[in-house]
Amino acid sequence: MVANPLNSQVVDTESKVNEWRAHLMRHAALNEHDIDELESHLRDQMEALQEQGLRDDEAFLIAARRVGDLDDVTREYAEVHSGRLWQNLVFGGSSDSLKQRNLFTALVFAVCAAIAIKLPALFGMHFDAEGADWFYARNITLFSLPFLALYFVLDRQLERAGWGFVASVAVAAAILINGYASFASTTTMTLAMIHLPIIIWFMVGIVYSGDWWRSHAKRMDFLRFSGEFVIYYVLIAIGGGVLTAFTLGMFSFIGIDIEWAVQSWIIPCGAMGAVVISGWLVEGKQGAIENMAPVLARVFTPMFTLMLSSFLVTMLVTGRGFDIQREVLIGLDLMLVVVLGLVLYAVSSRDPSKPVSLFDKLQLVLVVTALLVDVLALGAIAGRIFDMGVTANRVAALGENLILLVSLSGYAYHYSTFIKGKAGFTNLERWQTNYIPVYVAWALLVVIAFPLIF
Amino acid sequence: MNLSKDLMAASSTPLVLGIIAEGETYGYEIVKRVEQLSGGALNWTDGMLYPLLHRLEQQGVLESRWRVASDTGRKRKYYAITELGRRTLQEQQQQWQLINAALNRIWHDMTLNPQRSDDNGCQPA
Repeated sequence: MVANPLNSQVVDTESKVNEWRAHLMRHAALNEHDIDELESHLRDQMEALQEQGLRDDEAFLIAARRVGDLDDVTREYAEVHSGRLWQNLVFGGSSDSLKQRNLFTALVFAVCAAIAIKLPALFGMHFDAEGADWFYARNITLFSLPFLALYFVLDRQLERAGWGFVASVAVAAAILINGYASFASTTTMTLAMIHLPIIIWFMVGIVYSGDWWRSHAKRMDFLRFSGEFVIYYVLIAIGGGVLTAFTLGMFSFIGIDIEWAVQSWIIPCGAMGAVVISGWLVEGKQGAIENMAPVLARVFTPMFTLMLSSFLVTMLVTGRGFDIQREVLIGLDLMLVVVLGLVLYAVSSRDPSKPVSLFDKLQLVLVVTALLVDVLALGAIAGRIFDMGVTANRVAALGENLILLVSLSGYAYHYSTFIKGKAGFTNLERWQTNYIPVYVAWALLVVIAFPLIF
Repeated sequence: MNLSKDLMAASSTPLVLGIIAEGETYGYEIVKRVEQLSGGALNWTDGMLYPLLHRLEQQGVLESRWRVASDTGRKRKYYAITELGRRTLQEQQQQWQLINAALNRIWHDMTLNPQRSDDNGCQPA
């Protein structure tokens, strides 16, 4: 029902351009500026065609055709701006029914994880049984993370290869760590317990990537996912704690003691199920919470820099650098791991096309200070090994510090070339993702070989 | 003539860098310039140029800014080459010249003695 047929064409192309824009809007990989840029191109092309004598609608058709198939183009954008895609909503275009199905899958796997932690009780391994604390401590990641991995296997449609991979890694890890328990020393078992989660988490990463850890973009996504996952999990744990406390209190008011139920059912099952649910939440961004990891990284980077550098200066001034005691050394190493985590957060949450900012320089300072602290720790460990001989703990510490040394040196080098404008930020990202297998390989070595050697 | 996809992909970066090195410019102009330079043989899907530009920006070889164009009054995103970009371009230029020279030599030889390829000879003449 067009009132003025002469005018209709103008309205028509304008609305067509808007439709074209709207189609692009639906893709999370493109932000408004990108769409403006593409529209500007479309209009330039249309004007050129109109000058050649084409009608408006013809010009639109040809110009749109020349821009290309929008699905192909947006896929290309998604490759380049993976972080952006991740920030909005993973897998654009997923319908409500798909989301509901995902929720259902996540719930099923959460329940599976909750059941899994109660299964050993069927075989007499109750929480208060003898040796139960060791048993649950070394298996804790195996109750929950494989189910999170399976959720991604389903979601990424990895089919049988995915199921087989997760199952075989989980079973192999379970056999290995429980088999060692019979003969390995407490020290090596403790080391294995600390390192096993790294391996299992990497397994989650491999299925999370959906392409078996091949593309750089997916690896960065997984790092972002890891950062947000920790935050979500802590939030859920706090909420769960409050809820449990209230439940306990309410029931005790009416004279019923439910502490046994809370201790042996609600807390362990809830903690396991929450792993899968956190993963699903981060993935679907159901909550309205903005990405927290970059915010935290920005808040804590200056603080850690200040703390580390004042510590370093004190050590050097007082001359206590080479006589570090065992406890201090453990503390130092833990702190270096936290700093590494902070750097990981900061790098993976940064928009790589932004120019150098003050924050990047601060990051470089943090990395360099951490590097110096690491050298100090290395010296202390080497000294201890030299003086008091080789033990599993010292070798583990030595290896970790060496790996950190290489990792931090890489960060320092790439940050400084980036700040000097000699390289783009992507080199730094690549360094980060390419180095991840090194951590995992070291963890594998500690878990598999240490109990046999020491 | 249709160019192979691989060749298009490989040549797009030095081409785009070269064009932007001539002076600050925007997407549509780049596409026009490529067409003109190749006599119409290089026909890109226009939309694919932008992700490439963004990737180059992430690598630090380009920088961009929004500016109102004097001719249309519309806002456009202009790209300029950075110092790092100039160096990258220079490297790529050398690489392509190397390949170009090698190809020219072998084709020149082929036209001189066309049988050469039969007597399993791959020695240089």
